[in-house]
Amino acid sequence: MKYKLSLLQAIQDETRNISLMEVCGTHTMAIARSGIRELLPSNIKLLSGPGCPVCVTSQGDIDGVLELVRKQDIILITFGDMMRVPGTGSSLEEERSRGADIRIGYSPRDALRAAQENPGKEVVFLGIGFETTTPAIGAAIEEAREDGIPNFSVFSLHKIVPPALEALFADAEIKIDGLICPGHVGAVIGLGPFEKLASQYGKPCVITGFETLDILEGIFMLLQQIQKAEARGENQYKRIVRDQGNPVAMGLINQVFETVPARWRGLGVIPASGLKLRPEYARFDARRKFDIPEMEEIPIKGCACGAVLTGKIIPTECALFGRSCTPLQPVGPCMVSHEGSCAAYYRYMPLERKK
Amino acid sequence: MCLAVPGKIIAVKERQIATVDVNGNQTEISIRLTPEAKQGEYVLIHAGFAIEIVDEDAARETMRYLLEIMQYEDEKQ
Ligand code: SF4
Repeated sequence: MKYKLSLLQAIQDETRNISLMEVCGTHTMAIARSGIRELLPSNIKLLSGPGCPVCVTSQGDIDGVLELVRKQDIILITFGDMMRVPGTGSSLEEERSRGADIRIGYSPRDALRAAQENPGKEVVFLGIGFETTTPAIGAAIEEAREDGIPNFSVFSLHKIVPPALEALFADAEIKIDGLICPGHVGAVIGLGPFEKLASQYGKPCVITGFETLDILEGIFMLLQQIQKAEARGENQYKRIVRDQGNPVAMGLINQVFETVPARWRGLGVIPASGLKLRPEYARFDARRKFDIPEMEEIPIKGCACGAVLTGKIIPTECALFGRSCTPLQPVGPCMVSHEGSCAAYYRYMPLERKK
Repeated sequence: MCLAVPGKIIAVKERQIATVDVNGNQTEISIRLTPEAKQGEYVLIHAGFAIEIVDEDAARETMRYLLEIMQYEDEKQ
């Protein structure tokens, strides 16, 4: 407790205007829940960046998935977060109510099992997530190759985090003085990519854990670097994250996937930020297998998720927030996803401010 | 979505499948991404795969934190 207070004291002593950004859905939730934002002096801003994989998925990619379940008689297995994400005129939940076989799974291994149990049917796993999740999907694909499971494939919407952070740093409209870096992504990719980003863009980057104390410590470490005009990659979350990450997991990502340009909501197309199955694994690539074209990007009317995801506005500044857009009646993905910024703001907002 | 939960490896079976105990519940995961993980060790689990071996204290602390969040979320509902 004492340590917590002394950290908080040191942070509150900061007088310069500083914007720190967090880029992980779990941090978004943890920060909203902890009330840290309210404890910080008004000159220190905590922004939420593109840290929720569901939220950053482009409208065209979501429409591509909807196209697949509409056109093909397949079993689609997806993480639950994707079910209610609005595509153009529909969602996976709506397609399921119209009869599509869409099931929620916690692991790509659920999809492998479904493929073995339903040999007469194609089973597609909707692969979404950052470096924390991608090794698991890669491992499942490799397992399918070893076992020769012919009716299993993955619709890959996977993305990698560092190129998006580069895009943020390169955007002159976005003022970030330091990055609170994602703990579980760090567990896989290690400190290296953050060290590189820090020195390249002159911004401190600290891999941070999820408890209130971790976040305060992470903020403190960032402020210390800023004070000393340093820009290094540091690891606050040493009890979980090894500086070298998990080389086996990284190896699997590189074995199964190759980087391609990908469109991120709010950030546009970022080179080498998406992951596509390598040609050797083409038969497990649902996009190729079912010939799903790139879909046109049709934005959601009135939704400011793009600006929210880049920290240009905070959720409450969206005209729809809490009015026509609530977790029960979400308009954009940042309100649908449990860890989206709009949902986190809404959930932890004092009751009297909810309309 | 990048949340990972800690579990203790109870048994390692064929093909890098392990039985783990996650807060009193037993499930099966793959340890393909942490091939050196052994019985009795703690791992962080995400999407049915262990992604990192962690020490017991870190595992317990993480579990305590996750339970705290879940309780808080329940109260919010
Ligand atoms: S409040 Fe709703 S409409 Fe506004 S940015 Fe968030 S998700 Fe989009």
